[in-house]
Amino acid sequence: MRHVISILVDNEPGVLARIAGLFTARGFNIESLCVAETEKKSLSRLTLVTSGDDWIIEQIIKRFENMINVIKVDDFKETESLQRELLIARVTPTSKTRSEVLRVADIFRAKVVDVGTKSYALEITGSKDKLEAFVEILRPLGLKEINRTGLISLKREKN
Amino acid sequence: MKGIEIFFKTLIKDKVDHIFSPPNSFGPQIDRIFDKKFKNLVKNVISGNEQGASHMADGYARVTGKPGVVVCDSDTSGTNTITGLQTANMDSAPIVVFVCHFSENDKLSNVFNQIDHIGISRSTTKHNFLVENISELSRIIREALYLSITGRPGAILVDIPKHVLFSEYKFNFPKIEKVSGYSIPKEAKISDVNKAASLIMKAKRPIVFGGGGIIISGATKELQNFANRLKIPVTLTLMGLGGYPPNDPMRVSWIGMHGSYFANKAVHDSDLVISIGARFDDRSTGGVFEKFAPKAKVIHIDIDPSTINKNIQVHCPILGDAKAVIKQLLKKIPLNFKPDKNERKSWFDKIKSWERENPTIAIQKGKMIKTSYAISLLSKITKGKAVVVTDVGQHQMWVAQYYDFQNPRNQITSGGLGTMGFGFPAAIGARFGRKKDAVLAICGDGSFQMNMQEFSTAVANNLDLKIVLINNGHHGMVRQWQTLFFDKNYSCCKFDMNPDYIKVAQSYGAKAFKIDSPFDLESSLKEGLSTKGVVLMEIVVDHTEMVYPMLTPGGTMDDMLLDPSDPIPEGPVPDMA
Repeated sequence: MRHVISILVDNEPGVLARIAGLFTARGFNIESLCVAETEKKSLSRLTLVTSGDDWIIEQIIKRFENMINVIKVDDFKETESLQRELLIARVTPTSKTRSEVLRVADIFRAKVVDVGTKSYALEITGSKDKLEAFVEILRPLGLKEINRTGLISLKREKN
Repeated sequence: MKGIEIFFKTLIKDKVDHIFSPPNSFGPQIDRIFDKKFKNLVKNVISGNEQGASHMADGYARVTGKPGVVVCDSDTSGTNTITGLQTANMDSAPIVVFVCHFSENDKLSNVFNQIDHIGISRSTTKHNFLVENISELSRIIREALYLSITGRPGAILVDIPKHVLFSEYKFNFPKIEKVSGYSIPKEAKISDVNKAASLIMKAKRPIVFGGGGIIISGATKELQNFANRLKIPVTLTLMGLGGYPPNDPMRVSWIGMHGSYFANKAVHDSDLVISIGARFDDRSTGGVFEKFAPKAKVIHIDIDPSTINKNIQVHCPILGDAKAVIKQLLKKIPLNFKPDKNERKSWFDKIKSWERENPTIAIQKGKMIKTSYAISLLSKITKGKAVVVTDVGQHQMWVAQYYDFQNPRNQITSGGLGTMGFGFPAAIGARFGRKKDAVLAICGDGSFQMNMQEFSTAVANNLDLKIVLINNGHHGMVRQWQTLFFDKNYSCCKFDMNPDYIKVAQSYGAKAFKIDSPFDLESSLKEGLSTKGVVLMEIVVDHTEMVYPMLTPGGTMDDMLLDPSDPIPEGPVPDMA
């Protein structure tokens, strides 16, 4: 099962290596990883997407919690948290597909962030599914390359 | 004040009284400062090799409960401590290795001797630190020592670059009350204690499964109160030996791959396993976790949340310090509660009858000395009160079986990692930590050769240390597995070129003699043990003797091989290590 694990850590060198090292040591794959400072400069938040059965995830989380410099670990279920990812795509359309690309961008609420004589760069945010659908539609329209930030998440307010 | 002075001053102020280090580890620049200012304030024990130093610190730490400190250079000195770090870390022994850089060591420049110690020690430590600024040096030293002994103790590495050691700063000694992202469980949640108490009061055939946590937490007395009041038998894991006295009426030997027949049977048949400070390692449970104690509910008391539900799915996990939780349980269970007399009597009778079927008795047969018999004599002569440090292999298991450890922190062994070569240096460290009691290193000839250069340290410091070298000319445990599971294909387990250990010992200036007859054994051991100084007693033993009982690989805890005539079960060959 896919898990989005959110880890609050001290903003210190070596913390990221320690967390990533645990994954390599156990032979698990990280689907995506995103790190940045939080509202407090001394803390960073790591959002990590991985998959594995519940027992494995429980072990990983306990190991994280055991690490010094790790303040808090959350295993987010999809319904409990906001999850967003940003993607930038470069598309080189032919004269025939040029308007189609812009229409797709419009439908997906993507923004054109760079225009050249041959290509567009499009920026889009959303869930993983939305981004993947976007990429699949652009593929036959002259998709050249993409770059993604990986997922970030924030806990939803409880009702 | 120079960084290096802050370094020593902080250690000494934090009550570090022994520093274990390889020769010249401080480097010539530091030696001068150390000799001038600190030599008389802290004992610097110089080992033959850094692995030796790390095991010495480990032995010192395990007998005292204080952090064992290693100071070494930034080159291979540091890498040689990795085995020592992992050995200590797996057995929750508090050691701190300080790696000091003596050449300007830009992390990317590949200068002479450069190694990324933080990178290589990451997975072998509880935590590691890189000191980037002299202003944080004393804080990090204090945090490292604090982290090593608190919570679940473990190994720490601190990497100190040259610019920190040789720049100037004022001395400070910051208070360490809390480390960010680190909490130490003490008392357990009330709801968990209540649940455990009701399970304990309902159990008909309960048993305590005690591990190293009892010793670390100092919970022996509390556990004795608990067991005797509630009439619950107590068995121990390898790491728990010494944590509960052998003559207490509740004590039921020890469990595990070579644990006692009746203790393993009792755990398998029990209806409530109360695990305290044990982590259900494959060597203590038989490794087939889903078949562990099939009739039992399991209460798991541990200070490390990551050990809970790791190997065994437990019914009642309790996060907390062993001593504190036992006290909580004793408080929760009403004083007038008495377990059903008949139920308990039949439970203890059952265990006694298993003991009669296969008691733990060492028997000397034949002309060659049996190791098991030699160990039982050592236990008798020292009344079970010596600090016994072992290496790894058959002799280690026989020590666990036949040495009746009376006191906690007296059995020192590499249980988790199984580090051969651990015994001799760890015994040296234990000697420094424990001035009064007798200290015995019991080593196999295979293990002994892995660190026997440490004679130099033992002799140079004029230690009163007895080494019992069990010489069977083989890697005995490997041979045992080859006998049982690999068609007696004795490959690579026999030593074709064993040195003359007597001469080796004598060449270092130690006393040494050989024992090869069972008739002289007791008197020779007595003589050796009462001789002052570093004494090597080489016992030539029967290499065909095997360690029994032995859990059948892939079987349950009531499925044991008891003697060589037992048929080997069919099926896949097990993992030895």
